[in-house]
Amino acid sequence: MSLIKTNIDRRGVLKGTAAAGLAAPMFMNGKAWADAHAYLNAPTGKSVTLGFNVPQTGPYADEGADELRAYKLAVKHLNGEGDGGMMNTMTVKGGKTGLTGNGVLGKKVEYVTGDTQTKSDAARSSAKKMIEADKAVMITGGSSSGVAIAVQSLCQEAGVIFMAGLTHSNDTTGKDKRANGFRHFFNAYMSGAALAPVLEKAYGKDRKAYHLTADYTWGWTQEASIAASTEAVGWETMKKVKTPVGAGDFSQYITPVLESGADVLVLNHYGNDMVNSLTQAVKFGLRDKQVNGKDFTIVVPLYSRLMAAGAGENVKGIFGSTNWHWSLTDEGSKAFVKSFGQEYGFPPSQAAHTCYVQTLLYANAAETAGTFNPCGIVEALEGLEFDGMGNGPTLYRADDHQCFKDVLVVKGNENPTSKFDILEVVEVTPAEQVTYAPDHPMFTGGELGECNAGA
Amino acid sequence: MKILTNPSAGVDTTMMLVFVVAVLTMPFWLTLIGAGYPDLMQKFVIFGLFATGFNILFGLTGYLSFGHAAFLGIGSYTAVWSFKLLGMNPIPAAIFAVAVSGVFALVIGFISLRRSGIYFSILTLAFAQMCYALAYSVLTPITNGETGLRVIGDDPRILDGIITSGVNPSTPTVNLFGLDLTQTWVWNGYYFNAGFYFCAIILIIGSYIAMRIFRSPFGLMLKAVKTNQNRLNYTGVNTKPYTLAAFVISGMYAGLAGALLCITDPLAGAERMQWTASGEVVLMVILGGMGTLMGPMLGAGIIKFAEQKFSTWGKTELHEFFAFIPDGIRDTVVSVASLFVGSGWHLTLGLVFMLIVIYLPGGIVEGGRRILMWASGSNRRNRKLQAAAQAAE
Repeated sequence: MSLIKTNIDRRGVLKGTAAAGLAAPMFMNGKAWADAHAYLNAPTGKSVTLGFNVPQTGPYADEGADELRAYKLAVKHLNGEGDGGMMNTMTVKGGKTGLTGNGVLGKKVEYVTGDTQTKSDAARSSAKKMIEADKAVMITGGSSSGVAIAVQSLCQEAGVIFMAGLTHSNDTTGKDKRANGFRHFFNAYMSGAALAPVLEKAYGKDRKAYHLTADYTWGWTQEASIAASTEAVGWETMKKVKTPVGAGDFSQYITPVLESGADVLVLNHYGNDMVNSLTQAVKFGLRDKQVNGKDFTIVVPLYSRLMAAGAGENVKGIFGSTNWHWSLTDEGSKAFVKSFGQEYGFPPSQAAHTCYVQTLLYANAAETAGTFNPCGIVEALEGLEFDGMGNGPTLYRADDHQCFKDVLVVKGNENPTSKFDILEVVEVTPAEQVTYAPDHPMFTGGELGECNAGA
Repeated sequence: MKILTNPSAGVDTTMMLVFVVAVLTMPFWLTLIGAGYPDLMQKFVIFGLFATGFNILFGLTGYLSFGHAAFLGIGSYTAVWSFKLLGMNPIPAAIFAVAVSGVFALVIGFISLRRSGIYFSILTLAFAQMCYALAYSVLTPITNGETGLRVIGDDPRILDGIITSGVNPSTPTVNLFGLDLTQTWVWNGYYFNAGFYFCAIILIIGSYIAMRIFRSPFGLMLKAVKTNQNRLNYTGVNTKPYTLAAFVISGMYAGLAGALLCITDPLAGAERMQWTASGEVVLMVILGGMGTLMGPMLGAGIIKFAEQKFSTWGKTELHEFFAFIPDGIRDTVVSVASLFVGSGWHLTLGLVFMLIVIYLPGGIVEGGRRILMWASGSNRRNRKLQAAAQAAE
């Protein structure tokens, strides 16, 4: 999908991508011809519009609500309202950013929102509306990898930038990666690489795992990643069972677990699904059982505070991994937690964090490039090294548009001191340990392609 | 006024011409009401086609199917598979979608039509939910489940280059013999989208066929089924072939609409087969006027327009909208009104639907007729005429 096509050259930024015969037909459009670097939805007035596409209904609605809060906060900070949050702590390539609180490139930041409903169809339709009717130059958000991948490919075809929100599937920057799409959040492979050593230390080498997996791209890749990394430390994978997203009742899937002879249950679920499946597993008494002479345990590879809060008491002592946690004490995290808390009265979730950071990174890239042209943004973000955003030094890798940074291994807090103090950070796994080669077999099969400016 | 209730060939031609002009000039007049962007215009024509097809079954025979979204989904999946295997040309995709959804409609219709009334509705609903469950989790290798079926770079697409040209291999878009259907021409702020015109032409053809069916002896037989099926059976007419044919035809329309959804955006998700989607098309037809030619299209347009507008409104927009009300009262008004917009827009839809069913059972088309009659000052005379006509039935 591409609006307003002309035959103006695209700025091929990626090395090695053959300029596939994109014979853009010639169509007359006075404006586009006059501007040599035309791009879709170029802002003409005093403001620039961003599109926040988050789940406001469905199983991931809690995450979506928190993402939206973070986006609104980021817009405030970019426009110079509030205390500036992470804009004060953010550094790129060791130096200061171009963000001054005067909007982006002197234009006031405005936004439109949409509801993805956690459905690919609805998410694409909502993104299309924002691009076509509201003239958004960038789409961001999503709390499901299925949605993120669908919207990312739409943005590639349309010619706008997609800054992925919470999406943890390997495929988002693996076989479904796109030149116009960027992901700050970590992925399933990283979760596996960070979790496996901690699990080995806590539970030993001789364990039998049973996987319950959300039946879509995220679940599939997380199951594969966790199985691979735990098998590498000696565990055995007994069975992998797929469950439909939003199932609500997981009892039919949990009953067979005990009869299988497994002694670890891996829940590859997220959002309300995880809350339900974990609560039901605990209610069924799984954690009180002894199997193979060991205590039965549960692992939730992708954790979030919102989910842990939903599951209540049941999360105590359960291991998982997370992209970021509000209890971190670096300057960036402290600044963000402070301004988020002042605005809304409670600490932000990891979903809020990644969305806030993505917005600032986009804004900074536009300042660096001096334009909102997607190809300029791609150039500015590829290979970008930044710090002060809560995750330590971070690299936006040019090969797949994935951020590489430290990963947190967390555990359900046994003795919480407040209702937000539900997870405790067990280990900060350094970025080197979770870094993989761009041609790792779990990530191959797709190509970034060429950046598309849509004009 | 006689011509409106009892149309002749001349009127049909005029109506068709007006309709064709109205559809083709959509980019102009829809821009005036803020709906002139490609995505929404495509939705108008695609769901217009879906509702038109549904009306052939529901409007003519009175059989209320609660499962037509299944055919929409089947059409979508077939179209994407046609893209993946054959190539990005929309014509084979549309043909296969119509054929496959027709086969499914034949099977589902054959079984469901053993019953009528509420039992028929429940059977179709059950079949549609089965199709949805199959697509959502059981048949994941074919449908890609929750993630949705998409066209990807390394699909075979064996005929690409023959039936299409200039398709970018890594991010393929739908291509009609070299014309990229995602293409949009912009002229003075009006959007002319190739995909929209492709769908519009199919809608025009579909409406013409629907009109011919309405006016044919076959259509008359379907109306007879609606009026009194028992009487037909007593006179020795076997109605089943007629109702089954109507079911299959409307299933094919739904399949075609599903294919068009994928032609404008090549992604098929299981959600579009859910029962809510089946219910939506029923609302469209009733809102517009069941059994009328243009009503379903109007209903589809109004529902899609309202969905797009109301579901994206929030408090900010409401404050602007009610800016004329003094500050003190405005907050109260806005907080009440905000229940009816955003994710609560279904409340608005429900209210409008109730009003229509209670006060205008014939839908918007009936409303239009009443206004016309009132305007022509022949209100009383026509009521008498209508009463006489009803008595004669």
